[in-house]
Amino acid sequence: MSAELLDSLQAIFPEIMVLILIGLVLLFDALWTEEQRRNLGWLTFGGILLIMAATLAVVHPTQQGTLYWGRMVSLDWTGLLFKMLILFGAAITVLLGMDVENLGKKGEFYTLMLVSVIGMMLMASAYDLVMLFLAIETTSIPLYILAGFMHGDDKSTESGFKYLFFGALTSAIMLYGFSILFGIVGSTNLYDLSMAMQFKNMSPALLLGTFLLILVGFSFKISVVPLHFWAPDVYEGAPTPVAGYLSTASKAAGFAVLMRVVYTLYSQVGFNWALLISVIAVFSMTLGNFLALTQKNIKRLLAYSSIAHAGYILIGFVAVSQLGITSIVFYLGAYLLTNLAAFGAVTIFSRIVGSDEISAYAGLSRRAPVLAFAMLVSFLSLAGMPPLGGFVAKIWVFAAALKEGILWLVVIGVLNSIVGLYYYLRVLNVIYHHRSDTENQPLPISTPNAIALIVLSIGIVLVGVFFAPFFNWSVLAASGWF
Amino acid sequence: MQFPIISFIVFTPAAAAAIIFMLPGERKTEIRVTALAAAAFALILSLWLYFSYNIASGGYQFKEQYNWLPSMGISYFVGIDGLSAPLVLLTGIVMLTGVLISWKLDDRPREFFAFLFILATGVFGVFVSLDLFMLFFFYEIAVFPMYLLIGIWGSKETREYAAMKLTLYLFIGSVVSLVGALAMYFQADATLGKLTFNMLELEKAGFSVSFQQLWFPFVFMGFAVLGGIFPFHNWSPDGHVAAPTAVSMFHAGVLMKLGAFAALRVGVMLLPEGAKAHMWWIILLALVNVVYGAFIASVQKDFKYVIGFSSVSHMGLVMLGFATLNKDGMMGAGLQMFSHGVMTALFFAVVGMVYDQAHTREIPKLGGFAQKMPWAMVCFVIAGLVSMGMPGFSGFIAEFPIFMGAWQASSWIAIIAAVSIVVTASYIIRVIRNVFFGTMPAEMASHIHDISTLDKVALVSLSIFLVGIGIYPSLMVPMVESGVQNILRLLGGA
Amino acid sequence: MIDLLTLILFIPSLGALLLLFLPREQEKLIKWSAFVISLVPLGLSIYLWTVFDATKNGFQFETTYVWYAAIHSSYHVGIDGLSLTMVMLTTLLMPLAILASFSIKDRIKSYMILFFFLETGLLGVFLSLDLLVFFVFYEIGLVPMFFIINQWGSEHGEREIWGGRKMSARAYASIKFMIYTMAASLGLLLAIQLIGVSAGTYDLKELFKVWPTLQTFNHITLAWQPDTIKAVAFWAFVIAFALKVPVWPFHTWLPDAHTEAPVAGSMILAGVLLKLGAYGFLRLVLPLFPAQSAHYAGWLGLMAILAIILGAFAAYGQNDFKRLVAYSSVNHMGFVVLGIAAAAAAIGTENATIALNGAVFQMFNHGLSAAGMFFLVGVIYERTHTRNLDEYGGLFPLMPVYGGILIFTAMGSLGLPGLSGFISEFLVVRGSWPIFTLYTALAMIGLLFTGAYVLKGIKQVLHGPLNEKWSGHISEINVREIIVITPLMILMLWLGLWPSSVLEVINRAVTMLF
Repeated sequence: MSAELLDSLQAIFPEIMVLILIGLVLLFDALWTEEQRRNLGWLTFGGILLIMAATLAVVHPTQQGTLYWGRMVSLDWTGLLFKMLILFGAAITVLLGMDVENLGKKGEFYTLMLVSVIGMMLMASAYDLVMLFLAIETTSIPLYILAGFMHGDDKSTESGFKYLFFGALTSAIMLYGFSILFGIVGSTNLYDLSMAMQFKNMSPALLLGTFLLILVGFSFKISVVPLHFWAPDVYEGAPTPVAGYLSTASKAAGFAVLMRVVYTLYSQVGFNWALLISVIAVFSMTLGNFLALTQKNIKRLLAYSSIAHAGYILIGFVAVSQLGITSIVFYLGAYLLTNLAAFGAVTIFSRIVGSDEISAYAGLSRRAPVLAFAMLVSFLSLAGMPPLGGFVAKIWVFAAALKEGILWLVVIGVLNSIVGLYYYLRVLNVIYHHRSDTENQPLPISTPNAIALIVLSIGIVLVGVFFAPFFNWSVLAASGWF
Repeated sequence: MQFPIISFIVFTPAAAAAIIFMLPGERKTEIRVTALAAAAFALILSLWLYFSYNIASGGYQFKEQYNWLPSMGISYFVGIDGLSAPLVLLTGIVMLTGVLISWKLDDRPREFFAFLFILATGVFGVFVSLDLFMLFFFYEIAVFPMYLLIGIWGSKETREYAAMKLTLYLFIGSVVSLVGALAMYFQADATLGKLTFNMLELEKAGFSVSFQQLWFPFVFMGFAVLGGIFPFHNWSPDGHVAAPTAVSMFHAGVLMKLGAFAALRVGVMLLPEGAKAHMWWIILLALVNVVYGAFIASVQKDFKYVIGFSSVSHMGLVMLGFATLNKDGMMGAGLQMFSHGVMTALFFAVVGMVYDQAHTREIPKLGGFAQKMPWAMVCFVIAGLVSMGMPGFSGFIAEFPIFMGAWQASSWIAIIAAVSIVVTASYIIRVIRNVFFGTMPAEMASHIHDISTLDKVALVSLSIFLVGIGIYPSLMVPMVESGVQNILRLLGGA
Repeated sequence: MIDLLTLILFIPSLGALLLLFLPREQEKLIKWSAFVISLVPLGLSIYLWTVFDATKNGFQFETTYVWYAAIHSSYHVGIDGLSLTMVMLTTLLMPLAILASFSIKDRIKSYMILFFFLETGLLGVFLSLDLLVFFVFYEIGLVPMFFIINQWGSEHGEREIWGGRKMSARAYASIKFMIYTMAASLGLLLAIQLIGVSAGTYDLKELFKVWPTLQTFNHITLAWQPDTIKAVAFWAFVIAFALKVPVWPFHTWLPDAHTEAPVAGSMILAGVLLKLGAYGFLRLVLPLFPAQSAHYAGWLGLMAILAIILGAFAAYGQNDFKRLVAYSSVNHMGFVVLGIAAAAAAIGTENATIALNGAVFQMFNHGLSAAGMFFLVGVIYERTHTRNLDEYGGLFPLMPVYGGILIFTAMGSLGLPGLSGFISEFLVVRGSWPIFTLYTALAMIGLLFTGAYVLKGIKQVLHGPLNEKWSGHISEINVREIIVITPLMILMLWLGLWPSSVLEVINRAVTMLF
């Protein structure tokens, strides 16, 4: 094989590997009996870990990034890091899903997960509108199914349908934006588009129009105002591990796309899109936090919190700087660990107790101290308390904006994080301070779940205390920009 | 390489917390002994640190610096000066005595001591931080465990409310300061040409006067919330009252100092020009603290609220001392932090002992405890005398220079603030008389007995510090004085 | 080697610590150890008296240790004739007070410990030559006194406070004592700070040089004239000390405190504690504020005269024996203040010196007689459990020795020639006459009433028809009690006949005050 082909393969190495893994899963799904199929989870988990290790060993992007496959795919550090996040998120989700009824013993679950992983990874590295669209759809379709995976459950069905409906709608709008751009410039390649937009005298109205259309699609993926409303319903109805996956890996992929498209295409244009994004950030944070205040269902609460967190990340986004990108990547990493831990704990809890109501968590700290502690760690990290990842992440997001002089946005972010603290504390209040009659009943945690929780908790602390390597990787991701 | 004594002090409690967490919850004695050993070790180290600090050469000593995130100018950088050394010692004292008087705590001691020690690590960390990022890092670590400690082990009626209120207030304060700190960080990038959180470098950053004046109120007030400054003092009495005894001791004894210390360390020392421009109204706020706190304390019916509001009043003196920006005032404030810390820890310890047996804190329902627990009475009286600034006790040594400083800054302030001394005397006497003397209600007399030996050890060791410094101030004064010199230098020899 | 003054000062405190380690049940051991310990400072101060050079000016046995260097305050002690007299008085009364307390049964250990701390506090005031250290000891004495009254005071009686709530009389008295004194010291504290901040030192010897002439107040942000500032500071001092003496109208705490205190407490309170105020005038107010003192001496004199006259009237009106004696203190201390005021008005004159000699001597004498009187009241109270004069009567035949002693002591208090009180009052009057003629004349009238109330007291207790319920129930004064009172009586007689033995020491000191 020629060196060039090898390089090209490098660009989609993890995707290929995941494809192979899908084949293996399908094969064993057919071979194994119902009882053995739980092992598909281990297979997938192990496979993903291997893929991560192999990818890190094999793939070596250049600092500025290189385009392959007809300039459709970019091989760069940003993409690679996002791929790692997505793979890690998927691995953890698999662990969490293994013991969920109607989920863990079905090959479809793992297959669909892996397909969506391929889509997300391609999203992270797509450098062409067509590729991008395909990647987004490859991601979305399995997720639609996963969200509605619980056949017997009305809520799950509703959730899947809602997700499908709004997903399709926003995809269509976004596609419309893509097509306009193609119509004007005659290319779908991001580089070409950006050159055209910089040097050809294009009407600002048109640019703004396309920007808005595209933004609709991305906003849906990262679930920010005004396209946030699906999140609570979908999270509530979807199987909990899937909801966690949606709120983390899927969101991370969305941000990767948002950064790549908006920064590449619109960084030099005349209108102030940053202001628009700032406004979206403000509304997402505020709405997310305030609506979270009144929630009684923990999954809905986490859904609103994830809307708010998308808002925080956008603060780093509007900084439009290397520090900004660094902070986004770091934030997404910390957030991925944190939110997966939160959803993981919820998964474990609801599997045994069968309720997602916050009030059901009373006395948890006596009933299952370890689980309670994991929730403590993740919720505090969400609230931004040291020595946990969320604290450092939030600091860098705020710092990035402050460095660019966007004080007002930081102030709103700060105020919001106070509101945030309140409702996170409310949950911890129930867990730690309330008592209940059931607090003496045991709450067994299965091995895969325990592994997931321990890995995540340690990860959260690690990112919060020894943040230097993580931060440096984030810097690496940002190094190709601007 | 010298022995990294500061790191040992900071991480001893954290390590102990980890060890305690790993012990099985039922083996309560082992948990307690581990806690005691760790606390004693930390206290011994902080005593060693205190006495090996070289006052003559002053400045920051026992410095340790390790890279944390070099690219962004974050390092693990610790050291102590004359102001922080007494506070480290204070934390060590309160930690040990807190463990001693919590010995009988029976509801999940494992979690209790673990959280308490995480808190202690945070507190130690703030006092020794020479890196702004690190300071915030530990600051928050010090604040949060409070939420759980109060919420789980606090008194039933108000604990959830108080814990939430406290955490929110302090979080708000800290994020406000944080924004200011980040502003300094980037401003220093412009003036120094590099990103750094190193406070010794930030001191030399040469921020413009207008920048300092703009950001000083944010940074100072954000921390001062934890110092209990009016009108943001509300969280503190509620928190004190709801907290279990050892936590009240930590809370009033050490945590509030954390706020005052950080306000000074970050606010005044890094933004001296801002301090000069804004101090007039901070003096006024502190004055309100002092006088208003004393009056409110004197009308409380709840034993613990009296002490809680007295802390508000005394922390006002600390703020007042710092706000004078002159040597006498700041030195007094530095001493008052230590003195008040030990004193209020002693107060809360005794209150806890009374409450544990009487199951009420209503002053009118108590009485005659002097006969049953004479040691507690004597120690409480000593703390009371410290509180009212009686000469011969550490309170006088601390408050006298504060007033001298106030005379120099604004003489009327000194005169008005002095009113609080009489008010304080009146409520302290009232409490002593009503709780310890008089006749004990019959239903209590049967089941109230003397305090345990461990309790006595705790109380007496706290008292020793109060009396020792009162009689022989040179134990601490030169140390604090050297720390103040450093601030004066930054203020331009003012 | 520790110097003599420091030894005298801290031996009582060390004694207190020693007592702390004695077992609580061994009451006899505690009592006798306390008594023996209290003799040590007495012995040392007698030694001090012998080695003190009365012919030298200024302070002797000066010692300085570092105390609070940061604010320029040091542990600086020294004595002159004035303080030596007071130290003598204190160390003399203390063993007697302890001996008088042997009948105490309740918590004797704590009681003795408090007494020793009290002694250190009192001695510290007399010995210190540093304004701040002076204040430290001045205030610290309050604490043991508070507890002595509050815990060991008379067990009966209730006082109504506002809102109809009641509290026991001893609690009321002790709190009143504490709060009044602290409130008055507040001004003193602020004035001391003012002085320290503007003069940059607390050392009295330096302040004597610097402060009276200081005209610029660089460190103070009060927009007042220097004279105003000094006048305000002067009044702050005066009010604090006037309350301690006490002079009218600041005396209202005294009858309560003296009446409710245990016997020994009253002895020390009247014998020594009141002298703190007068000592403050002499040691601080006159030297630091000579101009203001001269200027306001008339007011001080007026207050003194009102204390003399009203004190006498009030004493006469009492039915409570102890209250009567308490008011007599107001009356007698009025003479001390009168002497001081007269001296202040005419600084440097011979008359002033005479008045001051009288005042200081009166301080000493009142210490002896008031302590004696309170002790004797205590003796009879222990036997009758009443202080109501109307319930006594005709006790002389039942207890002739006691009666004789009471008459002797009362005469000493009254100022009978031949006893010491006469000399001092005469000197005060003699010195004040040319300066405050009218006031002095009025004071003479006051003396008349002094005679009246003393005689009333004696008559009601010893003479008249015997109250039958006492016959057979009352025992003669015992040996221990006689031992307590004897030294006082001897001194009263001795100093009445040979006053020069003390006046020599005093005279040199008072001429140096200005």
